Amino acid sequence: MIAVELRKTFRRRRTWGTIAALNALPLLVAILLRITALAPRPGEGPAFLSAVLGNGQLFPLAALGIVLPLFLPIAVAVVAGDSVAGEAQAGTLRYLLARPAGRTRLLVAKLVAVVAFVAVTVVVVAIVGFVVGRLLFATPPAGVPATISVSGTPLTAEQIAVRTVLAIGYVAVSMLGVAAFALLFSTLTDSPLVAALGALAVLVASTLLLGLDAASPIAPYLPTRYWLAFVDLFRDPILWRNVGRGLALQGVYVGVLLAAAWANFSTKDITS
Amino acid sequence: MTPVISTRGLAKRFGRLRAVDGIDLAVRAGDVYGFLGANGSGKTTTVRMLLGLVLPTEGEIDLLGARMPRAGRRVLPRVGALVEGPAHYGHLSGRENLRLLDAAGPGGPRRTRRRRIDEVLEQVGLAGIGRRPVRAYSLGMRQRLGLAGALLRRPELLILDEPTNGLDPQGIAEVRDLLLDLHRGGTTVFLSSHLLAEVEQLCTRVGVLDRGRLVLQDELAVLTAPTGATVVHTPAPERVRAALDGRVAAVDGQRVLVRGGNPAEINALLVGAGVPVTGLAADRPSLEQVVLAAARGTADRVEAGRR
Repeated sequence: MIAVELRKTFRRRRTWGTIAALNALPLLVAILLRITALAPRPGEGPAFLSAVLGNGQLFPLAALGIVLPLFLPIAVAVVAGDSVAGEAQAGTLRYLLARPAGRTRLLVAKLVAVVAFVAVTVVVVAIVGFVVGRLLFATPPAGVPATISVSGTPLTAEQIAVRTVLAIGYVAVSMLGVAAFALLFSTLTDSPLVAALGALAVLVASTLLLGLDAASPIAPYLPTRYWLAFVDLFRDPILWRNVGRGLALQGVYVGVLLAAAWANFSTKDITS
Repeated sequence: MTPVISTRGLAKRFGRLRAVDGIDLAVRAGDVYGFLGANGSGKTTTVRMLLGLVLPTEGEIDLLGARMPRAGRRVLPRVGALVEGPAHYGHLSGRENLRLLDAAGPGGPRRTRRRRIDEVLEQVGLAGIGRRPVRAYSLGMRQRLGLAGALLRRPELLILDEPTNGLDPQGIAEVRDLLLDLHRGGTTVFLSSHLLAEVEQLCTRVGVLDRGRLVLQDELAVLTAPTGATVVHTPAPERVRAALDGRVAAVDGQRVLVRGGNPAEINALLVGAGVPVTGLAADRPSLEQVVLAAARGTADRVEAGRR
């Protein structure tokens, strides 16, 4: 069943189209930076972008920072929102369940496919970022720890590499929260569009509330609160506090939302 | 005969609407069961409950001797289904669709998959279909592909909802022959339809659903048994009345209904009296007459004051 769902996801042209589109924006940003050499000042614009002109090694992170606020969540919400509701809308859900695929199994397989999509997407963005960084920007000579951490101390290339992998993992986990919202909505409606937009509405609301002082009591529990905490992985030493909180928060969201999705889907009348 | 489908007091309520209202279906092994009813009478909801898609509000379902929906994982691989029209992944080929469907559940061994797919595509007349995506199929081809999906695991029971929808007359005849062929091979067929003619040509047993209730369930041969009267067609109906003293029950133009179930005897009497006879047959009710007498309502019609 899991193999079937993976095959369905990755044999779709739409999946790869989405991933390609996701990479277009960082690429465009890289080309513009290269041509104009006008990097944003440190502390402005997407994370790490100010430093990439001097060190192309940071571009994978800059690329993730560029797509994280909007592009990546949209892509994840669309794919996860389509997972059950898309089958319902096409009418294939009834044939899968009469086959019988088993409702819990189907939901688990859909979840695995979505997780795989998130992982592949994040990794592809990072790899494309790496290649683009190598091609377009300067690389500091080997042995010289030219990269400066966010805290101001130098980091070796190995340290950067390890922390980049950690950051990729953290971003992927953050996206699982989005996926869980979209998957829950996907079991509630027969329209993939409604499911994806529902998940995005949650994120927009969360982002809006984060900017509001009056919402500060609930801020630590908002799903997007710790999204940018991957920057903390590049402090020296690593500042684990927000990363840990972010992971725990996403874990709770994913657990609760998936439980709700399962409870709803396993007792639902399939009338599509 | 062992029951293949049996339900007791099966009911489904959607809010205040009683879509299915306590029905006792009995389909036996070897039946071709015609499940008739007007649009909105609850046929599709019943079919969905049989397949575990819709969960009953009340009542029990036994499918192939096991309780549904609990035994679904064990029983459903032995059932082929076509529910409310076919549905496929439009961007994939027909063959890939069948492959994914077969791999999505238990009871479809991978070893035999390719061969089984070839066989069912041959059976439904799509053998030369190639790699075209399903998106480019005609409605009739999709219907055939849906049927192929239902046949993929050589099911003991076929549950088909309007299987000839979208097919042209030739396609309908082909599907009918296919179903009869499968039936001869031992497959039990449960055919939900509102096409009386289709059911009359195929089925051995009939159940009629009317606004959620099963108003009729019997052998087709019993339902359309001779009434004990004979229909005589003649250009001279008044002479029939004279020849068969007092046995004429009704006259309708050139059609005369005569009491007595032996056409040969009546023919002899009429010919003896010199009455011209153009047609003669034992009187049988048509399935349409039986169904219309049993079921009165159609949910399409919404009368005033019945909201």
